[in-house]
Formats: sequence, C-alpha cells, structure tokens
Amino acid sequence: MINFVLRRLGLALLVSLTVSFLSFMLIFLSGDPAVAIAGEGASMADIEAVRSQYGFDRPILVQYFAWLGQAVQGNFGNSYYFNLPVTDLVADRLSVTVKLGLCGMGFALITAIPLGVIAAMRPNSIVDRTALLFSVVGQAIPSFWFGLILIVVFAVQLRWLPASGTDSWKNFVMPTIVLGYYAMPAIMRLTRAGMLDVLNSDFIRTARAKGSSELRVMFKHGLRNAIIPVVSLAAVQMGFMLGGSIVVESIFALNGAGYLAWESIARNDLPTVQALILIFSMFYIVFTLIADVLNACLDPRMRSS
Amino acid sequence: MKRLRNFAQALAATCLALSVAPAFADKANDTLKVAFTGEINNVDSYFNTTRGGVVLQRAIWDGLVHRDTATGEYVGNLATSWEWIDDTTLEFKLREGVVFHDGSPFTADDVVGTVEFIANPDSGVVTQRFVSWLAGAEKIDDLTVRLNLAEVFPSALEYLSGPISIYPSDYYAEVGPDGMGLKPIGTGPYRVESVKPGESYLLKKNEDYFDGPKGSPDIGTIDIRTIPDVNTQIAELFTGNINVAWRLPSDLAQKLDGTPGVMVTSASSIRVGFLMMDSAGRTGDTPLTDVRVRQAINHAINRQEMVDSLLKGGSKVVNTPCFPEQFGCVQEYVEYQYDPEKAKALLAEAGYDDGLSIEIYAFSNQDYVEAVAGYLSQVGITLDIKMLKFPAVLDKMMNDAAPMVFMSSGSWSLNDVSAIISEFFKHGAVDFARDDEILEWLDVADTAVDPEVRKEYYGKAIMKITEQAYWAPMFSYNTFYAFTDDVDYTPTNDEILHFVNMKWK
Repeated sequence: MINFVLRRLGLALLVSLTVSFLSFMLIFLSGDPAVAIAGEGASMADIEAVRSQYGFDRPILVQYFAWLGQAVQGNFGNSYYFNLPVTDLVADRLSVTVKLGLCGMGFALITAIPLGVIAAMRPNSIVDRTALLFSVVGQAIPSFWFGLILIVVFAVQLRWLPASGTDSWKNFVMPTIVLGYYAMPAIMRLTRAGMLDVLNSDFIRTARAKGSSELRVMFKHGLRNAIIPVVSLAAVQMGFMLGGSIVVESIFALNGAGYLAWESIARNDLPTVQALILIFSMFYIVFTLIADVLNACLDPRMRSS
Repeated sequence: MKRLRNFAQALAATCLALSVAPAFADKANDTLKVAFTGEINNVDSYFNTTRGGVVLQRAIWDGLVHRDTATGEYVGNLATSWEWIDDTTLEFKLREGVVFHDGSPFTADDVVGTVEFIANPDSGVVTQRFVSWLAGAEKIDDLTVRLNLAEVFPSALEYLSGPISIYPSDYYAEVGPDGMGLKPIGTGPYRVESVKPGESYLLKKNEDYFDGPKGSPDIGTIDIRTIPDVNTQIAELFTGNINVAWRLPSDLAQKLDGTPGVMVTSASSIRVGFLMMDSAGRTGDTPLTDVRVRQAINHAINRQEMVDSLLKGGSKVVNTPCFPEQFGCVQEYVEYQYDPEKAKALLAEAGYDDGLSIEIYAFSNQDYVEAVAGYLSQVGITLDIKMLKFPAVLDKMMNDAAPMVFMSSGSWSLNDVSAIISEFFKHGAVDFARDDEILEWLDVADTAVDPEVRKEYYGKAIMKITEQAYWAPMFSYNTFYAFTDDVDYTPTNDEILHFVNMKWK
C-alpha cells in the first residue's frame, strides 16, 4: 500500500511539472505579458519599460527555470497585476473556492446517491422517471442561467438570500446549489446504473434469501459494491469544482481562486497563473489518489493489483 | 453558446425589470454602495491601470490644479496660483492649512518628494506617459515650489489636474507603492478605511477636507465591491445592496430605464471609436494602401445608424481622429457621408469591382465590429473578424500583422489631443499611417507653448488624416450609469465617478 502511494506521488510530481511547463509556454503564446501588465492604452515606452523591468527580454526557457528555481523553494513571487505575494493572494482566494467546492460536492452527493438508489429500486417507475427528469434538467441547464434565475427568485423577489458577496453562510447557499446541481446528474446516473447491475447479481439474491431486511440489502450489500465507480467520478468532479467554478464565482461575486485564475490568464499574470495551475493540478492528482485509496478500502480485490 | 447566453441575460433582465419593486437603499446609515466590474490592480495611482483606480485616485488624493468639468478652466487645488518662470519651469504657490488623512501637514516637501519619485524612471511608475515630462522639483519655501520639466510640455496643467496627485512624501518613502496601495493616505475628500485587494474598498468622508474647487463630500461612507457579472449588479441594485452601477452595456441600460426606484442616466464620454487601416502597407501587399479603398470604407459605414441603434444615449458621430471637445481637436476635416454607391464607385475605380476581403482585429465591442462588417459587405468588402484579448491584438499590431483594427481610445481622460493623435500618428508601433508630414506637424504642436500655434498644427494633422482617410473615425462613446433613485448625481464626460459630488436626495 505504501509503495502504491509513493509511486502515485512521484507520478503526481512529474505531471505537475509538465503542466506548469506547458502553461508557461501557452501564456507566452497568447500574447506579450508586458503589454498586459502595462494595461490598455499603454504607450510603447510604457511597454518597453515593463519588458526590461520584468525580464521578459530573456529567453522563455531561462524565464521558466528562474521561476521553477524559486517555486521549489516555496517562493511564487509577486503577482504582476497586484504586485502582492502570490502566496497570500492565492491563499485568500482559495479559502472561498474550497468552501464552495466542499459544499457543492456535499450537496451533489447528498442528493445524487439517495436518488440513484431509490431510482434503482423501482426501475422505470414514476419515481425513476422523475429522478431522471431532475438529472437531465441539471445536466442541461447552463450554470450562469440557473444562477441568474436563483438570484431573481431568492434574492430579488423573496429577499431570502444575498445575491453576491462572501459575508455570511447565506452567501454560499445559491452557489452551492448551482455548483452541486451541475455535478449531481452524473453521480446519480452512475449510482443508479451501478445499483441496477448489483441488484441483479447472485449475492443479492442470497442476501434476500437469508432474510436480510431490504434496507440492509440495499445499503450494506448493494451500495457498497455499486459505489466504487461513483467514488472515482466524485473525485474527478471534486478536482473540477475546486479549479473550475469560474462561472459560479463570477455570477455570485465570490472572488475565489477560479475567478482569479480566469482573470489572471486574461492579464497574462504569469506568477499567479502558474501558482494556481500547480495547485489545481495537485488537487486533481490528490483527489484521484484519495479515490484509489478509498476504492482499495471498499474493494479488497483492488489492494493487491 | 454566446447567443444562448445573450438570450438568457435578456430574459433574466426582463424578469427583473417586470417583477420587482426595488428596496430602499442605505440612505438611513449614510452608506453609498458601489459596484465595480473589474479588479483594481493597485490603489496607488501611479501603479494603477484601471478605470476603477482612477475613481479612487480622485477621491483619495488631490492634484496641484483642478479642471472645472463644466467650463474646462484650470483653477487652483492644492496650489492657489502658478506662474511659468520659463518654458520648462512652473512655479506654484501652495494652499495653506491642508492636512493629510493621517494629520500631517501638507507642505512643499510633499510636492518635491512626490515629483522627484515619479520623475525618476527607476521608481518603476507603470503609467510612464503621465510622468515622463517631469524632470524634478525644488522647494523655494514651505509654500512655494518649482516644477522642472524635462521638455517643453504645453499640456502640463492638464496632467497636473488629472493623473498627478500629491502624496505625503515621508509616509510614501517609508511604505512605498505597495504600502500605499494597501493603506493609502492623501489629502482628498475621502480617506481609506480598508482595502481588500481586488475585492472591496471602504472609504470614509474626510471631515477636515479643505474648502477647495472639488466641493465638499456629503455622503459619509462609500462601500465599493467588485461584482464581475453585470446581471448580478442589477439584481443587487434592485435589492438595494448597491446604489451605483456604472459603465453598463447600452441594451441592459435601456431595459432598466423606467423601472421604479432605479434611475438610469448617461453621459457622453471622451472615448472615441475608430477603424485603423494599414495605409503604410506594413502587413505587406494590402488593398488598404490605396486611398480610394480607405475612403470607400469611410463612405460605406452608416455611423449615425450605429449611434442611434447600438450606442444610444449621449454618443455622437465623430469625424475627427479625436473627441470634438478636446483641446486641439479642430473641427475642420474632410467629411465622409454615408453613401454606399459612392463607396462602390471608389472601389471600382481602385480595381476592386469583384470585391475584396480584409482581416479585422478587435478586442471589445464585437457588436459594433459586426455592424461594420455588415455595412462593408453591402459594398463588396468581406471582413474576416478576429476577436482576441487586448494584449494579443496589440501584439499583432506591433508585429505588423493586423491590416485593420477596431480600436477605441479614452485619451486617459485627458482633455488634450496629444493624448490620442500624437499617440497614434508619431511613427510608434501603433501608427498605421507612418506619415512624415504629420509627424513633423505633431512635433511642433506637442511642444509649442502658444495655444494658437498648437491648434494650427493639430488642425493641419487632422485635415490630412481625414483627407487621406488613414482612419475611419466612428463615434464618441457613452457611459451608462444606474443609481437607486435616492442618489443625487450628474455624471461627467470623463468616465469617472466623482464621489465628492454625490448626495442623498
């Protein structure tokens, strides 16, 4: 088990390095960072001054390794845009994103898994069809639209919830629903499919024949086996949520890391983009790792392979 | 997807407009809540490149002089009077009894400290164009100071009334630009309570503000938050969680207009939109080097129709490569009336009866660019539209790869054509014309002390630019503002929110 984890960690490091190298190159391809820093309407003299001040006149590879050398020492430099330490900036924004991601995932799991199980218990019934409709709608509604509708109803008309900001837990209710509802359908469908598969297998018949209660059959014998692919999917979704809630963060003005990443790309703010990409890729890698370990706990067969 | 999004936004805006009785704003606790769309990079104005940062600068600090937005005249602000000693020396008498927000007195040392800092290229001031004309400053006595100019610079007072603010020199030397950005101190009508970079800014009325030309602040607290999505801003306006939203898209502003409790106003802005055409042939062999093709393009676009149906409000058709009310924007030019037949004839004369295709680069206002493409297609010109991010477009321009660009310039709110014509026609990388004669005239106009001489030479340049159709000047922009109806404020044409002039009704 320890070997397995170590090997995965080593791989994770290589993946992060590759990602950071590629993103560094892509940013240079997308336009001159000096132009972005000098801002719209900057004169040529402004841009030249910025270029030499930030060292953009050096070869790209030299610049990349200079960055890497600092980064491995934990120094991500200052944001070109805010001129503040990237570490502070990212830490501040990340706390919002992590909160939102965890709440969104929690919401998705709490709604998706029971719905999936119930749908599987009575396939093709009204309950199943309703659950299907619910998930199809979730898949089909674009988040920005759903977010706006929630704002119109709950913030503007009913005045129950604030439309934007991060002042209290109330600010997170609507974003959580929007983000969670987006991730929910896939988890629910996978749970349902897994349950249907498992419920037809021999050991379930055996369990029922033993006289186990239906609840016990469903959750102890059924769900435990059906959930394995769901764990993997949820891990990937979690990585996505922590890095990709740009739309939700922007609609509800949450000022999180996703929005910061999006804006920093537009501003060619290399140090910030690089730090965020490194963190986001680490999220993916760590969550996939956690999923593997969890699966190994759920299914002893996986431990040996 | 984009269309779907537009549709969704329109629908949401309509739902909002139809269904809502707006709440009462925060007049009760004397807090004006303002939404900014973009993140401000640094509140220190010498390291800021955003419009929101300029708004903060005008609230927190003062300049030596002030330009009255109504009359256009310069009056003393931190200075009470001034005198040109020679062409490159300007002497100021300073106002007595002014104090900074931290209680320290304002003296000649602060002027010297600030000017010496910003004039030094090593200080890394990002907006070099605002400061490069300054060489330094010397103190004559506590209330008299001389500015030394690096060159003859006739628009000095305009710059001193705009981007150049006076900082407390001891404090600035101690904390530097980053410290100033996080904890700004100035003499202005509002002092800064807190800054959360990129997120929020809390300002309090400066109770000790001197009786100056800006007026005196009325509203106690200004609470500014970054809300990136305009639709969310509108929702917050309805719920009374914000009182001010600005720079709204025109279609959204139109929908909001007439909603009870919300007041939509617009002010014409100094920003001018234009098409730049590669007349110098920098991109290689392009039809745009033929003056008839450029004139045809000027004739083919119905600018009045674009102003009426797309920009609306106070925007106007512009025939000059500058904003008509700017100093030096002489209104004598060759006019190109909307005349598609004439455009076709000019194209035929140039040998393009079968039509032609041109790439156009743009970074904003896609709707305007598409309208232009529509007009041009009617005379046989196919535009291949490339929408890119601003740095990418500028990259293309600097590397001679953009035959045509849709651009706009707000002249950095400076009321002097040197901020636009001289920027685009003095053989820099963004000069698409590279006309030697124009360069010569602009050199004279930029450095002449006599305003009449300046006007004469800018006028010559404007005449030739329009005659040669180097650009297709299009229109002036328009800024839409939305306020809750308890806010009393008349917007100005400089694209700046002046908190000091805002009151409760």
